[in-house]
Amino acid sequence: MVYLTRKIEFAASHLYHNPAFSAEENRRVFGKCNNPHGHGHNYRLEVTIAGEPDPATGMVLDLKELKDILEREIMQRMDHRFLNYEVAELKGQIPTCENVARVIWNLLEPKIPQGRLYRVRLYESADLFADCYRNGSGGAS
Amino acid sequence: MSHGLHIELGRRYRFAASHRLHNAQLSEEENRRIYGKCNNRYGHGHNYTVEVRFSGAVDPATGMIANLAELDAYVSERVIEPFDHRSLQDEVPVFRELVPTTENLCVEIYERLKSFAGAKLEAVRIEETSNNSFEYAGRA
Repeated sequence: MVYLTRKIEFAASHLYHNPAFSAEENRRVFGKCNNPHGHGHNYRLEVTIAGEPDPATGMVLDLKELKDILEREIMQRMDHRFLNYEVAELKGQIPTCENVARVIWNLLEPKIPQGRLYRVRLYESADLFADCYRNGSGGAS
Repeated sequence: MSHGLHIELGRRYRFAASHRLHNAQLSEEENRRIYGKCNNRYGHGHNYTVEVRFSGAVDPATGMIANLAELDAYVSERVIEPFDHRSLQDEVPVFRELVPTTENLCVEIYERLKSFAGAKLEAVRIEETSNNSFEYAGRA
């Protein structure tokens, strides 16, 4: 098995707010991330595809194809957007790293034509990230 | 865990500390041969980066596996405060007996963090320098 990883970056804003919580509870749970006008990050996304290289091309998946999929599914949807208001897939969810990584997984998994999606790693900053795997196929456990 | 997915939260922390690799059971020559410069008498320091990964259910109310402020406070109390700007073998009791290699440091930090409530510690990865890193995921 060979693992291929491609990295992209996008910039987006978000805020954390649960309408079921009181203002005080939102502030306590989410801290500064609850500021009403939101804030932004440079997100870094690493997408890893697992597979056997095609004997004819030597490729797990044509990187150009992966680049196009990421442009279409992620960049066009999320880059320079306000995640809470402009990304339909996040509606009703708090756009934490965990949830955004899961949405990215769900967008990408059915679109990978060769090999299989192994890991989505989304960095919100250099010190905070979320990993998403299909159950039983990755992670330390 | 929802939708058949396994999600982990990763967080990176930094501390600076000194260490000296020296095993009192070995002769001076053996220590020198095994540890080289790392055996120099007065020790030396590193900027350590500690990456921790936790898994668990994402709480629909918060979108989080673990509350970051709680996690940061937990790691700060158990790892950063006791290790930052310290001499590992002189000021962290476990390293009086155990050589403070970064392998052993990984295991020690894992042990200190594994009981965090509400999320399962998956792994501790330490970068001792930008060229060396070590990872421990608990007993295999």
